[in-house]
Amino acid sequence: MLKRSSFSSRFLPYLLILPQLLIILTFFYWPAAQAFFQSFMLSDPFGVRSQFVWLYNFRHLFEDPLYWKSIGITFIFSFLTTMLSLSAGLLTAALANRVLKAKSAIRTFLIWPYAVAPAISGVLWMFIFHPTFGIISRLPMQWLGITWNPILNGNDALFLVIIASAWKQISYNFVFFIAGLQSIPKSLIEAAAIDGAGPFRRFWTISFPLLSPTLFFLMVMNVVYAFFETFGIIHTVTQGGPGGATMTMIYKVYRDGFVGLDLGSSAAQSVVLMIVIVALTLFQFKYIEKKVQYAG
Amino acid sequence: MKLRQLAAVFLVMGFGVMFMTSDLMAKPIEIQFWHAQTGALEESLKKIVNAFNQSQNKYVVIPVAKGSYSETMNAGIAAFRSHNQPHILQVYEVGTQTMMLSRAIYPVYDLMKDTGHHIDWNGYLQPVLSYYEASNGELQSMPFNSSTPIMYYNKDMFKKAGLNDPPKTWEDLGKAAARLVASGVVEYGMTSAWQTWVMIENYSAIQNIPIASEANGFDGLDARLTINNPMLIHHFERLKQWMNDKRFVYEEREYKGPQAAFISGKCAILMDSIGAIGTLKHNAKFDWGAAPLPVEASNKEPQNSIIGGASLWVLKGHPKEDYQGIADFLAFLATEDMQILWHKETGYLPITLKAYEKLKSSGYYQKYPAQEVGILQLTRKAPTVNSRGIRLGSFPQIRDVMNEEIEMLWQGKRTAKQALDDAAGRGNELLRQFEKRSE
Amino acid sequence: MVENNPWLDAVTYTLLILVIVIVSFPIFYTLIAATLPLEDVSRIPMPLIPGNQLLVNLKAAWLKGSMGIELLNSFIMAAGITIGKISISMLTAFAIVYFDFRFRKIAFVAVFCTLMLPVEVRILPTYEITANIFGPMQNIIQLFKINTIISYLTGSRFHFSIRFSLLDSYAGLILPLTASATATFLFRQFFLTIPEELCEAAKLDGASPMKFFTRILLPLSKTNIAALVVIDFIYGWNQYLWPLLITTNPRMTTAVIGLERLIPQMDELPTWNVAMAGALLVMLPPALLVIFMQRWFIKGLVDSEK
Repeated sequence: MLKRSSFSSRFLPYLLILPQLLIILTFFYWPAAQAFFQSFMLSDPFGVRSQFVWLYNFRHLFEDPLYWKSIGITFIFSFLTTMLSLSAGLLTAALANRVLKAKSAIRTFLIWPYAVAPAISGVLWMFIFHPTFGIISRLPMQWLGITWNPILNGNDALFLVIIASAWKQISYNFVFFIAGLQSIPKSLIEAAAIDGAGPFRRFWTISFPLLSPTLFFLMVMNVVYAFFETFGIIHTVTQGGPGGATMTMIYKVYRDGFVGLDLGSSAAQSVVLMIVIVALTLFQFKYIEKKVQYAG
Repeated sequence: MKLRQLAAVFLVMGFGVMFMTSDLMAKPIEIQFWHAQTGALEESLKKIVNAFNQSQNKYVVIPVAKGSYSETMNAGIAAFRSHNQPHILQVYEVGTQTMMLSRAIYPVYDLMKDTGHHIDWNGYLQPVLSYYEASNGELQSMPFNSSTPIMYYNKDMFKKAGLNDPPKTWEDLGKAAARLVASGVVEYGMTSAWQTWVMIENYSAIQNIPIASEANGFDGLDARLTINNPMLIHHFERLKQWMNDKRFVYEEREYKGPQAAFISGKCAILMDSIGAIGTLKHNAKFDWGAAPLPVEASNKEPQNSIIGGASLWVLKGHPKEDYQGIADFLAFLATEDMQILWHKETGYLPITLKAYEKLKSSGYYQKYPAQEVGILQLTRKAPTVNSRGIRLGSFPQIRDVMNEEIEMLWQGKRTAKQALDDAAGRGNELLRQFEKRSE
Repeated sequence: MVENNPWLDAVTYTLLILVIVIVSFPIFYTLIAATLPLEDVSRIPMPLIPGNQLLVNLKAAWLKGSMGIELLNSFIMAAGITIGKISISMLTAFAIVYFDFRFRKIAFVAVFCTLMLPVEVRILPTYEITANIFGPMQNIIQLFKINTIISYLTGSRFHFSIRFSLLDSYAGLILPLTASATATFLFRQFFLTIPEELCEAAKLDGASPMKFFTRILLPLSKTNIAALVVIDFIYGWNQYLWPLLITTNPRMTTAVIGLERLIPQMDELPTWNVAMAGALLVMLPPALLVIFMQRWFIKGLVDSEK
């Protein structure tokens, strides 16, 4: 998308994107290209032996029913995580934007959790939800009579990693939603109030459409987050178990590449993952961005 | 104006070239030692390194913590690929095969011989050495932190249920657990940490049956898993049955849940590494004891258990004079004083018989009998092909697969036979992949 | 707030408090754990009433590592990443939204794709290029046998090799993590919402593109920059695997790595109280930043004429 009114300059735009380009070419595209070549190779981790095997790694992957299962899990996981974290973030931002008292304290409390180092937050989740020593599973779950065992029950485990992943993202979404809400001119809201629109209607007819660029941004970001950045949580909480119930595609890439040191298969999986997410993102840009309301 | 535009862009780029290099101290030869120990273990490791550094002035060993075991191994691999490798790399036991085949290592046996160290390898605990030996008996890496699983039991609960001694056989364990649960003393009978290590790898070693062909993988890359044998199937059927009547409870693949279950009194028996002794000493508010892992009643002469933990690998590609320092350090590590210090502070096994004898004669094991259980279990018989260790490629993933399939059994989605068949099938697939990569 | 509605206010506050309780429960839990002695922290389940060991644990955490230098390194790294990300991506977004040039779309897609592979997944090749930033050049030299050709042409032995390592340096910590699709994307989204009239007016006044950028876009982007500063700083601050791999000099260690070392491993005492005290120390700088950035968040564009 481009502004109707744009500047024209021959060299300036290239100069402007140059620093970014240098960084991504060096530290992203070059390594990514190597990973791409790696997906056609079978090699030992030390790089002493390697052989070109054409599409062997891909064929092997798609013949594995567990890989298909992992793709299914990834979609369920990503969809639910995104929906949960987006709606919670939006709701919280809308609420926080209304209040007058203790404004900054409330915001600080909502943003701060984002600062918890992943190493600690993963551990905390286990402390809180572990069937034996977790505080939540000991008390509330027992009172409610819910049999809760993410160690043994695949659905419980998936539920747990979805909650943990969404929780981590609520603060993130909150930050951008509140920044978006703050940018909405007060005059618009006041005008609507004078016209007699109630708070809910004002939100839906004015704030929400004006927020749509932020919402679109966050939707894309959250899908990417769910696909890619959640392996840390899965690693500390379930390690893909029980019985592979939380083995998402990215965790499998991590597990096979980093722990299993199967570079070829891991690279092939990265390539598949990239194709999936690029397709998904293109879809979002092509169909969903149409509904986004930019400059009014 | 143009100038200001340029200035703005260059400012951003200027930031790009900002860098700092670390200054290097010159004199003694530096030996980089990358390890995966944190917390108290790192403190103990540093004590040993400092003692070595103070004992001479030609070499300085620099210990660098590189995160978890898999992170440390990846750091070593990445560094080797770009010629920045450390001299010594600590690798967990499941990475042994990968390291051995890497062509990146200087085998410890050769290193010691080449640098003029005459080491009496017979003075070492054999099951510890054998895990890291090539099939010709030459040691490939230096054992460092070695542990083995044993059985812990809650003496108070045993007393209340009218039981005295810890069960010696699985049969007795079943009876004891039934009694513990039936008497209402405890909710569950027993649990186990690291189920694949305890229930498959160690169970098989103690019963003297292989878990893979080709002498557990020592003799060739074409090894196939044999974990779906009648004995293991029976063992897992039994565990599943015990799970149904609360004699056994599954807590998790690793150790936190099982330890918590034992410490909180949720179950009366725990099978876990000897490394758990320290935690139990501090946190268990009851009288507890340690005993060897149970054996089958028919097994009159149980084999040694096998070890877990990690060893130190020496990497190629450094100047010749560095290797003398590395060898000196490894020899220093194996001295009695250092082994005694390491064993006392961390609970890991001492690797030489002399260190063990010295500890014994000083009365250490009378004071801490639990510490000796692992050593006795490990040395009760000379290791056989089935109990000297496991040499499989992609072993971390094979453990994942075994865990996944066993979890299916616990969930009731597979029978013991199906689970072990599937685990063997999927594991073999991984082994073939590994074989192919190593050609 | 536009009107007063006590009922709605009550609901708002109740819900907010509920969300705060849920979202910040882990911090609360960390805080409690950091105040307990070892026996209590390993009780099952852990008590939720604070103990009196906070200072003892904080001291233990501080003494175990070299927190001072680690915090400084983390700060340099996080600040470098934040400044780098925001400046290069603002410039990129400006170019993409306000200029019509041939590779505009491709540039955006190229930047955007960098979201798709986190550093953990392409760790080996990224490490390799950081270990020798001229690696690609070296490959080209090898591929085209340039050394051999020159040797042949000049008749003398010629060997050209170039190596420059960013390992164990701040540049190595910062640069590979500086590319930011997120920030570029966010600024693109934001610039697209800015009324066309502003640009038209600037052009009528004869302002150059860079003047428009510094005088108009920059001030308008305040809230978004504030949001990104918080997010990117925390992102940089919490990096674990990358600094772990590329630094071996203890003086280059970052705070999160120091913290990881406090986390009890298997086979050792579960001193969670000390680990949690360390977590509090490590969390403090980002928390201070959030409090500091508050001002920007609240003011933002609300007061500015639009």
